[in-house]
Amino acid sequence: MMGADFVQFSLVPILIGIFASVACALPGNFLILRRQALIGDAISHVVLPGIVVAFLLTGTVAALPMLIGAAGAALTAVILIEAVKRLGGIESGAAMGVVFTTLFAGGVLLLEQSDTSNVHIDVEHALMGNLESLIWFRATGWASLWDPVALSSLPQELPRMAMACCLVIVLMMIFWRWLKIATFDESFAQVLGIPATGVGVGLVITAAIAAVAAFDAVGSIIVIAMFICPPAAARLMTNTLTAQVWWSVAFATLSAILGYVFAGYGPMWFGSQNAVSAAGMIAVVSGIILGLACVFGPYRARTGADRAPPAL
Amino acid sequence: MVLTPAPTAETPLSARGLTVSYGEKPAVFSVDATFPAQSMSAIIGPNGAGKSTFLKASLGIIPRLSGDVSVFGTPVEKARHRIAYVPQRASVDWDFPTTVIDVVQMGLYRKVGLLGRLSGQMTHRARACLDRVGMSDFGDRQIGQLSGGQQQRVFLARALAQDADLYLLDEPFAGVDAATERAIVDVLKLLKAEGKSVVAVHHDLSTVREYFDHVFLINVRRVAEGSVTTAFTTENLNATYGGRLAATHMAKLGGVAS
Amino acid sequence: MTPLVDALLLQSGYNAALVAIGAALLGFSTGATGTFLFLRKRALVSDATAHATLPGVGLAFICMVSLGGDGRNLIGLMLGSAVTATVGLMIVEWISRRTRLAEDAAIGAVLGSFFGLGVVLLTMIQTMSAGRQAGLEGFLLGATAGMLFQDAVVIAIGGVLAVFATWVLRRPMTLVAFDAEYAAAMGYDVRKIDLMMMGIVMVITVVGLKLVGLILIVAMLIIPPVAARFWTDRSNRLIWIAGFIGAVSGYLGAALSASAPAMPTGPLIVLTAATVFFFSLLFAPERGIAAAVVRQRRFQARVHRRQGLLALARQEPIREPFTLRLLSREGLIRPDGVPTETGRAKASKVARDERRWDIARKVHQDAGLTGRYDGLTPIEEIFTPDEIQDFDRQIGPPVAVGALYDGG
Repeated sequence: MMGADFVQFSLVPILIGIFASVACALPGNFLILRRQALIGDAISHVVLPGIVVAFLLTGTVAALPMLIGAAGAALTAVILIEAVKRLGGIESGAAMGVVFTTLFAGGVLLLEQSDTSNVHIDVEHALMGNLESLIWFRATGWASLWDPVALSSLPQELPRMAMACCLVIVLMMIFWRWLKIATFDESFAQVLGIPATGVGVGLVITAAIAAVAAFDAVGSIIVIAMFICPPAAARLMTNTLTAQVWWSVAFATLSAILGYVFAGYGPMWFGSQNAVSAAGMIAVVSGIILGLACVFGPYRARTGADRAPPAL
Repeated sequence: MVLTPAPTAETPLSARGLTVSYGEKPAVFSVDATFPAQSMSAIIGPNGAGKSTFLKASLGIIPRLSGDVSVFGTPVEKARHRIAYVPQRASVDWDFPTTVIDVVQMGLYRKVGLLGRLSGQMTHRARACLDRVGMSDFGDRQIGQLSGGQQQRVFLARALAQDADLYLLDEPFAGVDAATERAIVDVLKLLKAEGKSVVAVHHDLSTVREYFDHVFLINVRRVAEGSVTTAFTTENLNATYGGRLAATHMAKLGGVAS
Repeated sequence: MTPLVDALLLQSGYNAALVAIGAALLGFSTGATGTFLFLRKRALVSDATAHATLPGVGLAFICMVSLGGDGRNLIGLMLGSAVTATVGLMIVEWISRRTRLAEDAAIGAVLGSFFGLGVVLLTMIQTMSAGRQAGLEGFLLGATAGMLFQDAVVIAIGGVLAVFATWVLRRPMTLVAFDAEYAAAMGYDVRKIDLMMMGIVMVITVVGLKLVGLILIVAMLIIPPVAARFWTDRSNRLIWIAGFIGAVSGYLGAALSASAPAMPTGPLIVLTAATVFFFSLLFAPERGIAAAVVRQRRFQARVHRRQGLLALARQEPIREPFTLRLLSREGLIRPDGVPTETGRAKASKVARDERRWDIARKVHQDAGLTGRYDGLTPIEEIFTPDEIQDFDRQIGPPVAVGALYDGG
């Protein structure tokens, strides 16, 4: 199981899965603490209209226009949500619901109306990704990791996802203090002169970068699940923020590895020849981890003394 | 004719024509206020009179419709390093995954910037601030395990860590135990003795004389301001509370001469 | 006649007509039920419910095929999706009640992992011999093309049932949505009512799956009530308006979809509703953006005018540029800042108003009256002319601007 076949067929998808999961889980920690968990949900839904519009404008399915289109859609969605919330006085959950479903419906309609029969662009791909197809053809074994020729044939999704993950990590490290204080006590942050609103917007943009980079390789299911499940499970394991972030990274990595292994090898254990969706299985594993944390997590109960209602 | 004196570098906080509105109803209307240096000032008024709103708008936490505010003679943005703020306890999520000492160190965030190291000296400083409010044994507790009074002390310690010249507190005594109230007052009086200025939103009329030396009475509009002896009068209180205070209550405030 | 008019008049065939009627009924019940979700600030719980139907569809298909039946039986698939949607709902409720996680995290977690499970099951089905033409992907986005007559009847009946259930439960649901604590004090079991509400949402979701798909059924539950909110402040009207918007969107969307090829039903219904929403957001008379902008500008002008006039009366300098521009535009001051004749007159009126208020507040120590003193309300709106005359007697005769204000 750990031989040449593994390097050729499984190593790259597992690595991409890990990078994608970690990139989403990191901003997810703060989204959850800010009660904005469903922004991740909204972002992952509007990726579809983003790539459809990008395709209609450029006529190609090249990676860069797709990424820009998806990022643009995510940003549009966030701006619209804020606008509906503030200008319309609508509660944030409902505002999100209105905006992302409308954009998604628009994306589906555009997709049906345009001629995309000759290119591989469809709803299922956007939802489920194609993790299993990211195979390293030239790899012949672990030695290929030091072989420049073989390395040059690595699926380009791998370096792209790795870069996105690094970018998210670096942003988190640089803005750690701002994120922490603007999340815990926004008005105090403002008095310190920290741009609390800007920090909030920056967080959402970072989440969008992670989502957009990840959806291409692994589909939006992983994105939704990873924004929420690993950080939520991590919240139940500890009472300090740093430890929570480390737990969430560990859970995201574990989900990616176990999910891929179960999807690829699990059916064989039951005598079936065909693997199931790795992206779906990774999401399921993360859900199971959260379920276990809900039952056994050492810090699963609320502790806050007279809990204040959410700030208006 | 009274002209509001122009704010000088000695005036810790002054506002002119400050108006804040939620929708169509002004919460604070065209308020002028000047708080004196090196003293303890109370902002007093009935519920919904715009006390906290006035404070928050002065700090730029909520947008103002009109008016300007100066802190030590400069706009708020330029004086942030001289302001320490204690928000209402209920304004944050006490279930947040963080420890007491962590919260106190947030007061140093402006000083250390984004990536600067929190030196041993600074950690020591944070511990010292915690000690000043009598919470030195609680440094590594999770904030969710604190009582209301302890939460308020932690917030005060965080403000102390800011090492400011002007301390603004929003209802610091709301829902705290008597020991905490005593401890907070002691710390604030010490600050005053060190030459700092303290402005607090306050709701308990019976302790005004004991704690404060300057009052600002507000009910959407400014009603009166001045030293406790001249401005904290039955007449002004009646004007502020509009008959909502019973005569017996008034009498209890004792020694209130017009 | 054009295809669209045909479709609108239900002349495009039995199935299309039934789908349009079913969509209208479904739209009505989603709008009405969604209103309670929206008022209860739990709109996105429907998102979790909808995504949690997918594994149920997959499981039902696998069960029916392994029992030797036709895996595509709509009623069977609906039953399966109802089961997993209910399980998903229960888990959301359990997580947010039993752990420190907030409801939004619970919703997201259930949504992501159940949907993941659904996708896993779909990929399993694709490899089954019976699964090649299962067409279960239709449940993601809805598919009315190739719908059987019997399916259309199921949708129409489901729509009627959902409307009926909403109507029967409207009173307790309104009460709970409006004020849960009061409802509990009156002896209602809030949790049970919440669960019944979610039950109706679940039924509607399941009925709407085939028509609009699991992602867009969420839109039908959220958009109509949010759009309706702009037109009324009364909850009982809100329900009917939301239902009406939902019904119109459903009917129009289905008709549009039947009138041309490559026009998917679900997105068209949602986009119709979204159009109504954006129109409401912009142009609703009280709560719309256009009205709010006009109101805000007027209000800001009122505040600045009043403050400016007070400053003139007290002979204080006016510093704010906006105030200066406003006063000079209205001819109250000259460009150099000196008040004009009208300006002086208005300033002394404002100052007089202030003095009257001062007296009024001394005389009437009554919060009900003086509590309305916010600096903007003219005194004539609160007190009778007789009372004002009385205040004036206490002030003394009018004085010229400059000597008026002695602080206070």
